[in-house]
Amino acid sequence: MHIPDGYLSPQTYIPLFGVFVSVAAVAVRKVKKEVSVRVIPYLGMAAAFSFIIMMFNLPIPGGTTGHAVGSAIIAIIFGPWAAMLAVSVALIIQALIFGDGGITALGANCFNMAVFMPFTAYFIFKLLSNQTAGRARMSFAAFIAGYLSLVLAAIVTAFEFGIQPLIASTSDGRALYCPYDLSIAVPAMALEHMLLFGIVEGIITTIILNYFLKTEPDLIYALRKKTKND
Amino acid sequence: MLCLITPAGIILPAFFNSGDAWGEWSAQTLKELVGYVPKGLEKYSHIWKAPIPVYSINGIDKTITHRSGYYLVSGIFGATITYIVMLIISKLIIRNGK
Repeated sequence: MHIPDGYLSPQTYIPLFGVFVSVAAVAVRKVKKEVSVRVIPYLGMAAAFSFIIMMFNLPIPGGTTGHAVGSAIIAIIFGPWAAMLAVSVALIIQALIFGDGGITALGANCFNMAVFMPFTAYFIFKLLSNQTAGRARMSFAAFIAGYLSLVLAAIVTAFEFGIQPLIASTSDGRALYCPYDLSIAVPAMALEHMLLFGIVEGIITTIILNYFLKTEPDLIYALRKKTKND
Repeated sequence: MLCLITPAGIILPAFFNSGDAWGEWSAQTLKELVGYVPKGLEKYSHIWKAPIPVYSINGIDKTITHRSGYYLVSGIFGATITYIVMLIISKLIIRNGK
C-alpha cells in the first residue's frame, strides 16, 4: 500500500502532510501524558514489528502484491496515539532508507496507515468489545477491527490514487500523476485487501491480542479501567 | 515473541515477490502498462535516491537465493533501526514513571 513518489499531485500530498504533522504533534502530547515508561521497549518492538509485517508482501492472482500493516493490534494494545507514532517511524524509515514509499507521499502513507488505520481499528474494537467481554468476543472484535481498518485504509489509499486523473491532467487528457482513475483503483485495492490482506491483518490482531490477554492484560490500552482523568 | 514472526516474514516475501504491488510501479513499468509516463510522475520519481532501494543491498547479484538473502539482511537491519529509533523517540517523549 506504500504510495511512491510521483503518483500524487501536490494538491493531494501537501494537505495530507499537513494532517499528518498536526496529528503527530497531538500524538506526542497524548503519549507523553498517558503512556508509561515501562511500555517503551514494547513500543520499539511494535514499530519494528510493523516494519517487518509491511515487508511481508503476499502474491495475488494477477501478479501483484500487497501487505498487512499491524496498525490495528498496535492501536488496541498501546492506544491509537502511540500506534500512530510507532507505525510512522516504520514508514519513515522504509521511505528514507529503503525507498519503500515516496518522500512526497510520506504524509499520505503515514496518514493512511498510521493515522486512519489505527484510529479506525481502535474505534471498531471499542465498539464491539469492552473490559467485561469474554475471550471469544474480544477475539472477534480484534479480527473485525484488523480486517475492516486495513480494507478501509486500502480504499482511502485507492481514493487518493484514483482522483489524480480527475484533479491533475493536461489539456489533452493525459494524467500528470497516477493514471488510473477511481473505477480501476478502488476495486483493485479493495479486492486485494478484502480477500487476503485484511484476513491476515485480522488474524494477526486476534493472535497477538490473545497473547497479551494471557501474559499482560493490564497493559492493554483498549481495556483499561476508566478513571476520572480519561 | 515478535522475533519468531520476523524470520518467516522476511523469507517468505522473497520467494513470493511476483511483480510490483499495485500502485508501486516504477516509471518504466508504468510506461509499458499505460503507454506513457505521466509528466508529474516522471518529475517526482527522481526526487529521492534511497540508500537501499527495494530492500536489495546488492543490485547486481540477482540470483533468487542471493536476493532472498539480501532481503533478509535488509529486513533485520531495517527492523533493528526501526526499533532503536522508536526507542529513542519514546524515551524523549515519555518521562513519567507510572
